[in-house]
Amino acid sequence: MDHRSPVDRRDFLKTTTGVITGVLVAGSPLALVAPSRVWAADLKAFTSAEGTTLMALARTIAPHDKLEDPAYAVVIQGIDAEAASDPATKKLVKDGLAALGPSFATSPENVRVAALKKMEQTPFFQTMRVKVFGLYATDYAYKYFGYEGEAFSKGGYLFRGFNDLRWLPDVPLADSGPVIQQTK
Amino acid sequence: MAKFELNDDGVVVIIGSGAGGGTLAHELTRRGIKVVLFEAGKRQSLATFSQVPGEAFAQLTWLEPRTQSGTSSVKDDYPTLPVWTCKTVGGSTVHWTAACPRVQEYEMKSRTTYGDVKGTSHLDWPIEHAELLKYYEIAEKRMNVARRHGVPGLPASSHFKVIYNGARKIGYQHVHTNYMAINAQPADGRGICIEQGFCAQGCKTGAKWSTLYTEIPRAEATGKLDLRPESRVTRIEHGADGKVTGVVYIDAQGKEQRQKARIVCVACNSVETARLLLLSESGKFPKGLANSHDQVGRHYSRHTGGFCWGIFDKPVNMWRGATLAGVIEDENVFNPKRGFVGGYHLEMVAMELPTYPLVGLPYMWGRDFADIMENYRNIAGMFINGEDMPRSDNRITLNKTVKDAFGLPVANIHFDEHENDTAMRKHAQTQAKKVYDAVGAKRMITTRQTPGTHNMCTARMSKDPRDGVCDAHGQTHDIKNLFISDGSAMTTSTSANPTLTIVSLALRQAEHISREMGAKNI
Repeated sequence: MDHRSPVDRRDFLKTTTGVITGVLVAGSPLALVAPSRVWAADLKAFTSAEGTTLMALARTIAPHDKLEDPAYAVVIQGIDAEAASDPATKKLVKDGLAALGPSFATSPENVRVAALKKMEQTPFFQTMRVKVFGLYATDYAYKYFGYEGEAFSKGGYLFRGFNDLRWLPDVPLADSGPVIQQTK
Repeated sequence: MAKFELNDDGVVVIIGSGAGGGTLAHELTRRGIKVVLFEAGKRQSLATFSQVPGEAFAQLTWLEPRTQSGTSSVKDDYPTLPVWTCKTVGGSTVHWTAACPRVQEYEMKSRTTYGDVKGTSHLDWPIEHAELLKYYEIAEKRMNVARRHGVPGLPASSHFKVIYNGARKIGYQHVHTNYMAINAQPADGRGICIEQGFCAQGCKTGAKWSTLYTEIPRAEATGKLDLRPESRVTRIEHGADGKVTGVVYIDAQGKEQRQKARIVCVACNSVETARLLLLSESGKFPKGLANSHDQVGRHYSRHTGGFCWGIFDKPVNMWRGATLAGVIEDENVFNPKRGFVGGYHLEMVAMELPTYPLVGLPYMWGRDFADIMENYRNIAGMFINGEDMPRSDNRITLNKTVKDAFGLPVANIHFDEHENDTAMRKHAQTQAKKVYDAVGAKRMITTRQTPGTHNMCTARMSKDPRDGVCDAHGQTHDIKNLFISDGSAMTTSTSANPTLTIVSLALRQAEHISREMGAKNI
């Protein structure tokens, strides 16, 4: 998974074939992790139109309305990078996007869902589903879903709330075990 | 660490360094027996375990291709991952989640207890429960299993509070933080559990028992172990008398080598154990080794499973705490009134965010899927671990049209679910829903069969050579210096997570091998 932020506007490379861009809304939680409100992601294998279709595809497979585009753009950049280095992936994705057609990106959700339902068993859809789920391995998603990630470097949760649930009674000692005493 | 010659025909070769192979290596070397231990994967350590879930998965998992056939839903839901096991020193004890239930007596006599269940190949184990219990006790002490022999249980996480309160409210009596091979207190020279989750990514404190940092370094310290990581055994060879003489392997530099041996023990996790025996076919053994009765690869079992996720309106934070430290044991009984034979456990399970949509919700997408994900903080999880009905046609075969990187046929896994498995899963899902409802769940999501993390019975032990591949010591019926040393040897799957049983059988097998070597019988 590529953890680079697409928010860093990089110089266009000669190989750049397209770009997806946008502006974060003021007060967005993403603004906390993004260095700028204006964002753009260069594409090396896909056109801007294909990038837009990819964005619509990702937002149909994993529709989190309050999660902003740059989070999805990280995933699209990952797909783009793979397609740029692997002709088979490039063909699979380009053919799939062509099959969805230019109107896919601007269609209402129910139309987009119906189009994808028809493709559910194809290698294109199955590949895209897994790749779009790369979304949940990004820092953006960790923040958005409240997931805390690795905890070894912070000493785990033993003294940081692994048992802090208060809306149910505690488990009797006989069915669990003692928490080791914290040494000062 | 020792280095033995390739032409040293006095060594015991063990293939696979997991629960069975790693334990056996320690047990033999501490008795002074020379062992060459082959492992296909690399050696990691507490320091090198990645804590990025995707990276850790790639670091530890056996990712080489396998094919699937049959009607099992795993073929559709997990097309590239029918089984989820490790390729690394320590094998699947590196990613295991450390639950150590014992096999029950009724389960070891399934053919007698259940009667003639149509479409199954049930068989009583050729070993008494009391005999196995003796080795369970040794294994549990060695692994420092919680809730056994005076070792306190693991503390309850927030996640377990949800499961516990729900289970108790609907009347379950045997609900606790499970028999875990995880240190809550320092023991065995290993660290303690810091409740960080990430059991399946490799335990960075070493609180969780793994052969990687217990049995294997202790075997190395005897000066009798020659561990060869990144070395793939491709074939077991035999002489004119039918006894095995050694193995062919591809070393870490990609060069083919031959290691001679007095004894060969196969412990590659069920799919690969069966595959290696089949790949070793010869003029004398055209169906593969130890396969004169066409039993190798048959009766493949992987536990009847499925996830049950409960969604609440308050936080659970399931990713905090030992991944599997919670169990409901009440359904592990023989009670055909439920509509099926065999028992099951409901085991608490957590999943980190990146893995959850891929493994935990294997075929979902779209608006409903996203709504579940939006509730990630508020989700509790259990999985079903139930006894599979053994079927002789659920089997591992060689797929001659798909080859691996070494040019060898890959394993095909064929699985047709028995109606008993389906009925058991349905019952377990209904019970799980009651557990969640009792503590105010908004919704429950269930999944179909999960990838096989417990793979068993493909070279099963049997009293009669016509019914299986090896005897009660894992010694193959056909070839007396060839042994089965992993979960393949289990006669039936039972409803117990298999590692404790694999370790116990390896302890027993080591006694047998050293005794027989001493008596010059092998």
